[in-house]
Amino acid sequence: MKQFRNLLKSSFDDFKRNKVRTFLTSLGIMVGVMSVVLLIALGLGLKNYIEEQFESLGANLLIIFPGSVFSEDSGAGGNFGAGFAGGASFDEKDVKTLRKVPDVSYVVPLFTKSLALSSGKEKKLGYVLGTTDEAFEVMNIEIEEGREFTKADVLGKTKKGVLGFSMAEKLFIDPTFAVGKTVKANDVRFNIIGVAKKKGDRQMDDGLFVPYSATFGSLNPDKTFFTIYIGASNEDTIATVKVSVKEALLKRYEEDDFSVTEQSQILSSVNQIFGIINSILVAIGSISLFVGGIGIMNIMYATVTERTKEIGIRRAIGATEKDILTQFLTESIVLSLLGGIAGLLISAVIVWIIRFFFPASLNLVAVLVALGVSSAIGIIFGVFPARRAAKLSPIDAIRYE
Amino acid sequence: MIKLINISKTYLLGEDEVRAVDNASVNIKKGEYVAILGSSGSGKSTLMHIIGLLDRPTSGKVLINGKDISKITDDELSIIRNTYVGFVFQQFNLINKLTVLENVALPAIYFKDKLNFDPVKKAKELLKQFGMGERLNFYPNKISGGQQQRVAIARSLIMNPDLILADEPTGNLDSKTGNEILGILEDLNKKLKVTVVLVTHEKDVADRTDRKIYIKDGKIVNKYL
Ligand SMILES: Nc1ncnc2c1ncn2[C@@H]1O[C@H](COP(=O)(O)OP(=O)(O)OP(=O)(O)O)[C@@H](O)[C@H]1O
Ligand SMILES: [Mg+2]
Repeated sequence: MKQFRNLLKSSFDDFKRNKVRTFLTSLGIMVGVMSVVLLIALGLGLKNYIEEQFESLGANLLIIFPGSVFSEDSGAGGNFGAGFAGGASFDEKDVKTLRKVPDVSYVVPLFTKSLALSSGKEKKLGYVLGTTDEAFEVMNIEIEEGREFTKADVLGKTKKGVLGFSMAEKLFIDPTFAVGKTVKANDVRFNIIGVAKKKGDRQMDDGLFVPYSATFGSLNPDKTFFTIYIGASNEDTIATVKVSVKEALLKRYEEDDFSVTEQSQILSSVNQIFGIINSILVAIGSISLFVGGIGIMNIMYATVTERTKEIGIRRAIGATEKDILTQFLTESIVLSLLGGIAGLLISAVIVWIIRFFFPASLNLVAVLVALGVSSAIGIIFGVFPARRAAKLSPIDAIRYE
Repeated sequence: MIKLINISKTYLLGEDEVRAVDNASVNIKKGEYVAILGSSGSGKSTLMHIIGLLDRPTSGKVLINGKDISKITDDELSIIRNTYVGFVFQQFNLINKLTVLENVALPAIYFKDKLNFDPVKKAKELLKQFGMGERLNFYPNKISGGQQQRVAIARSLIMNPDLILADEPTGNLDSKTGNEILGILEDLNKKLKVTVVLVTHEKDVADRTDRKIYIKDGKIVNKYL
């Protein structure tokens, strides 16, 4: 223990004398650890978030997208971007057709448009979400203040809207003030009848839910929908409903123009995408850790040369090869760990900032990985310089000037 | 207590072979105060490093208390250097980033068993004894040469060695300070019964010891010059 204190003190004394060098050397490790930690924090956070989102939608849900993004055979691999761009635009006729499919309990179309919403005083970028009254149940949207719009509103094309929580805050500061006011989307004015509870979903929190029929006109001149949510009557009928839904749509669209997905499939696609992102981050992390390790090795070789005389003196007064090895190995581990801890702290700050926009979290795993990896780098890249120090002949070392 | 038998040490400088020590036999007995006297380049330091187990001879045998040390491991050599021998160099060889006190206590951290004394307390006592009690937390480059040599002597004594090897300990000091250092070494030998080997090229320094070993061109000779 006392021995260990001496070693640490010796390391820190040396770092204090070479502050700039110590900093630069641990920079590489810092960046490496940062990317690994952020990878874990973001990756896990995002994955949990998306899983939660989909789980809240219920297990009996099928989602119809334009394009073949999530179809079984193409997966999420090649044509991710292309998938959304092309493909079908669904309309009311599709909704009617799908409602007739057996074992379907509800069909909820969703029209999404990104635009500026204005309260008169404030104008903020948000989304108009044109859907039906069933959406509140299907998407688990709860009401904070006021009420939802009804089936009658959908049928009657009334210009009523429910504001997402964040948008209500942005436009009216106190969200409860929003009820009874009006909000303009482009030139269409909606009466706000309710404010939704916070969901943690950017689109929904910054959105204005309105009866889809009310968007027909300048907001949605083509009267189309981007997605259609379909509920099967229960979990056992999902498979048959999926087949029937496909058959029904194939009468009108080509195979590649749409995809019918269950949430489990979407999750696996999301996982695939994360797999790719993870690999990239791991690659960046490994490269910077490797380069950082080489930097440590380089500096440790320089240190050994610089301190050859000191090594000789220590050997003359009784240090064994192992004592010298331990001393320099401790130094490279501490150097690497300093980088690792710095990387961890900076990551913590970054995660803290990101959390305002995005669910990310630092967990024990990330901390342990950061400390473990940087110690390992210190050992792997420190062992060669430390061995050279230990193997110096005592007499040659003490004569060295 | 230390016996060198037919020791040679050769260095290769390119094609040339330099015989720094040539077939030297030396016997140092317990409690002796001996000088190794020779001109510059005669091989004194090389011989002393072999006696102190800092260097291994090219040929010949080194016996410590009758035990041949040519076959023992580096770890065992380190232990002997740590506990049995204390070095005092011409260049002082203190570690500049450590304080005077830390330098003196340093050998103790390389002792592998349990110490039967408190190294810091003992280091303070030794430093006080050599008039360095007021400089404990100074760094070596902030004190004079004579003071550094006192610190080096204190360091050589911290582990209670049987043998002190001093290689031109007065070489970098003026004669007054040098005399003080020689006085300390003499006291160690006479009062504490420590065996002291003093390496020097100055006859009057060697004259202060009890016995002189003459070395010339690496060979032990009977008479100086
Ligand atoms: N590492 C080495 N490589 C080659 N030659 C060496 C080496 N060390 C010593 N020598 C040579 O060995 C001879 C003896 O050197 P040594 O240092 O033992 O002499 P010395 O008596 O201590 O001299 P000085 O009084 O100047 O200190 C010299 O000729 C020197 O050049
Ligand atoms: Mg010499």
